[in-house]
Amino acid sequence: MSTIDIRDARVAYGAVTVLHDLNLSVDEGEFLVLLGSSGCGKSTLLNAIAGLTDLTDGQIFIGKKNVTWSEPKDRGIGMVFQSYALYPRMTVEENMSFGLRIAGMPKADVAARVARAAGILKLEQLLKRRPSELSGGQRQRVAIGRALVRDVEVFLFDEPLSNLDAKLRTELRVEIKRLHQELGNTMIYVTHDQIEAMTLADRIAVMRDGRIEQLESPEGIYARPANRFVAGFIGSPGMNFTEASIEQTDQGVRAVADDLNVDLSAYRFAGHPPDRQRIEIGYRPEHLLIGDAAREQPLQAKLTVEVTENMGADLYAWGKVGASKAVARLPTGLRIAPGSTITIGVPPEYLSVFDAATGDRL
Amino acid sequence: MKPSPHNARGTKPQRLSIARIGIYVFLVVSSAFFILPLYVMVVTSLKPMAEIRLGHLFALPSSPTFEPWLTAWSSACRGLTCDGVSAGFLNSVKITLPAVTASIGLGAINGYALSFWKFRGAEFLFAVLLIGAFMPLQVFIYPLVRISSGVGLFGTLPGVVLLHICFSMPLMTLLFRNFYATIPVDLFKAARVDGAGFWVIFLHVMLPLSVPMIAVAALIQTTGTWNDYILGLIFAGSDNVPMTVLLNNVVNSQFGEKQYNVNMAATILTGLVPLILYFSSGRWFVRGITAGAVKG
Repeated sequence: MSTIDIRDARVAYGAVTVLHDLNLSVDEGEFLVLLGSSGCGKSTLLNAIAGLTDLTDGQIFIGKKNVTWSEPKDRGIGMVFQSYALYPRMTVEENMSFGLRIAGMPKADVAARVARAAGILKLEQLLKRRPSELSGGQRQRVAIGRALVRDVEVFLFDEPLSNLDAKLRTELRVEIKRLHQELGNTMIYVTHDQIEAMTLADRIAVMRDGRIEQLESPEGIYARPANRFVAGFIGSPGMNFTEASIEQTDQGVRAVADDLNVDLSAYRFAGHPPDRQRIEIGYRPEHLLIGDAAREQPLQAKLTVEVTENMGADLYAWGKVGASKAVARLPTGLRIAPGSTITIGVPPEYLSVFDAATGDRL
Repeated sequence: MKPSPHNARGTKPQRLSIARIGIYVFLVVSSAFFILPLYVMVVTSLKPMAEIRLGHLFALPSSPTFEPWLTAWSSACRGLTCDGVSAGFLNSVKITLPAVTASIGLGAINGYALSFWKFRGAEFLFAVLLIGAFMPLQVFIYPLVRISSGVGLFGTLPGVVLLHICFSMPLMTLLFRNFYATIPVDLFKAARVDGAGFWVIFLHVMLPLSVPMIAVAALIQTTGTWNDYILGLIFAGSDNVPMTVLLNNVVNSQFGEKQYNVNMAATILTGLVPLILYFSSGRWFVRGITAGAVKG
């Protein structure tokens, strides 16, 4: 059963179309992350769901009710903003209760709801403070509390952690996840941070230019990116790509290039593999093998190392395979001198093959 | 050891450079430029006429007297009546107070609507307002006399107040629109999600944030309205003449010798309200002017 249903949603400002006839269903209790770089339309989509941006065309249903023309307050949503958007002149308590008070809710009920939200978010000690007296993390917890007291079905998060420093971001990320597990509400979360997306989401919608490029579980998106864009967008450091040409031979399907001849018969093609077509083979830095293990793999290549970076837990070796840039994520402790060449190999199950022309996964 | 760049250590020694001396000289000269006339006014107002006749403009009063101030306030003559500028004081208050309050209130609402409730034609309306801000008031005098007498507001207190409000609308709207443009739109969105409408957002969210801007607007408006001469002269009517118009009448009524000390005192009295406002609200004024210039 889906709580949110978006049908052919389009948002256009004059000649500029921000959302292209977008369709999306979010299940009840699901944590959906809209992921994309700035300008991809993810915030516009969230604002449209909230009722803060009008659709040019299409429909939005929340809980079976058509809310396309409804006011934000009538949609059963709570929203958390990147800039916290707390009312500066009100205390934490007043901030959280504002919506309830102007709706004319009896004082006792308001107090009970605020107390409950403050309990969940551990804000009891801060209720009498002003936003200016709070740290960034506390402010964002208050902002979440403001959504919480409204007792809504759906939570919308618009890059809620982007203004926080790295440590707080990690803490609050875990807190949001815990909150979702406790409350079981439907949550839609906009971010450009793929780690937030990977860790929080039940499903990720990767967006680009007002379209959803792929909508799948984090594992699925990571392992089987639907196209070249998603493959390059997800993962840090990004996926390595090598150009080749696909050929049907007597020994099965092979990818052939100047310094490459790879047996792709173990690769699970989405459809019938084409013949004599330009392709790009993608493989993630962490799936590279070196040494004896590399020599057993169908894909082998020479990586000429230019720079190494010790990340503490891993060692990144940046360099080139043939003419294309590549990076390997290796265990620390290896001594690799810049300028040296190492043999790398990738197990076939970790390969991704894309049509070089369309970028689609083959 | 003599300090030199080679053994530099700790705080850098301050040195008076030519440029810095130049700045000080400029500051002193420009302050003198503004302070000297005020000084002459104050000392002249405290001298009896006999002392003024000696012609020592800058000399301190040898026998200071507050007589001219009392005369200026309560018994200086203009034409046949001799009750000083005090009558105009109350009139000016009666004009300024409602005009300032209303123009700030309306300006804030306009600015808020233009910043957050974008509607078709809002940009055009704003452009028209901007043009209005640069129109000389004198252009409108004749048509306004005809219109206000047509609707029976000519020569009345509500009439002159209304005109003050109208003429301040472009500037006030501009001021508040630019102020609200610096407020994150997320705040507005959050309030809408919370269920607040046009007025609730304005009164509960935006207005409490606008205190510095309101202080600046009040300062600008009070000064402008209080110092106004032409609207008061033409539209206020003889019962509601503001202090500035009275001052002019007092200064220009002549019976024999010109009472310089009384004229100076009357002028200072008339300018006192804006002056006090500036001195007491300097902090707010600067804060309002710089509001939005620096983030965070």
